[in-house]
Amino acid sequence: MTSSISELLDDEGYLRNLSDWSEDIAEHLAQEKHIQLTPEHWEIIYLLRRFYQNYEHSPAMRPLCKAVALDLGAEKGKSLHLLKLFPGSPAKVAACLAGLPKPDNCL
Amino acid sequence: MTSLHTLNQAPSNASLMQSCLSSLQPDDTLLLIEDGVYWLLDTHRAKFPIALNIKALRLDAQARGLLPLVPEVDLIEMDEFVHLSVTHDKIVSWF
Amino acid sequence: MNAPKNILLMSRRAPYGSSAARDLLDIALTCSVFEQSVALLLLDDGVLQLLTNQDPQVIQQKNLNSLQSSLSLYDIEQIYVDADALTHHGIRHSELHLPVTLLNKVEISQLIANSDVVLTV
Repeated sequence: MTSSISELLDDEGYLRNLSDWSEDIAEHLAQEKHIQLTPEHWEIIYLLRRFYQNYEHSPAMRPLCKAVALDLGAEKGKSLHLLKLFPGSPAKVAACLAGLPKPDNCL
Repeated sequence: MTSLHTLNQAPSNASLMQSCLSSLQPDDTLLLIEDGVYWLLDTHRAKFPIALNIKALRLDAQARGLLPLVPEVDLIEMDEFVHLSVTHDKIVSWF
Repeated sequence: MNAPKNILLMSRRAPYGSSAARDLLDIALTCSVFEQSVALLLLDDGVLQLLTNQDPQVIQQKNLNSLQSSLSLYDIEQIYVDADALTHHGIRHSELHLPVTLLNKVEISQLIANSDVVLTV
């Protein structure tokens, strides 16, 4: 399992093909990052996948917060909430778990 | 001797189109490709000679959102491009 | 941090024939991430970037309309279009993919004069 997943990833640990994504893969990637996925994580992960379908790119932090606020409410759109769920760089970590490419414009 | 003229530049390059139009012979065909397909928009087309034999690649028009805005009859598929290439004596590229 | 600058990104190129239109949007998104104030100005063939119904998958390219739709999430709301260019191409305001402000030549020159930085793509 582990070796077959790593073959699907690029050098930075992002999925090469969007279509290879599954919830199992997200769980696996989360474990490697020591994140325990909860419903609050999943709603962000699925929001990101919808974002990518609509806009054909992975969002940086600012539009991610805005998109989350619009969809899931202002509280969840706060960067503190996202930082708690996806420590470090939420836009990068969450994109990775959602099977999206690394965000281009991310600081 | 007939020529198939291809032109791939958008309408701001008016001098390119002018040079192309003035070199056309009666039996020649003008094929618009890539950004050249914008010349099919009504306001630009109105400036062409009426007898002009003009075609555009459907895929390039579709990519650019032009399908609702240009006449269906002028659009050709890739295999017709191939057909035009072999039924004219030579190809002249305007770019 | 320095005060944000007014950055004007200007393009007069049609989409897909070159990477100019996509570069313009990439720069715009990056400016927004750095919290600069960004305005877009489309002139000449550049207005063709905003046509709806684009379907560039058929020429193996990504859809500009998709990227354009995300501009408001990056707080990029100032999108200006040269009114004469629309007339020149015979395109109606309602045929554009985004809400835009039409400008005449005098207004365009004022917009350029009032911007701190002007970048042409």
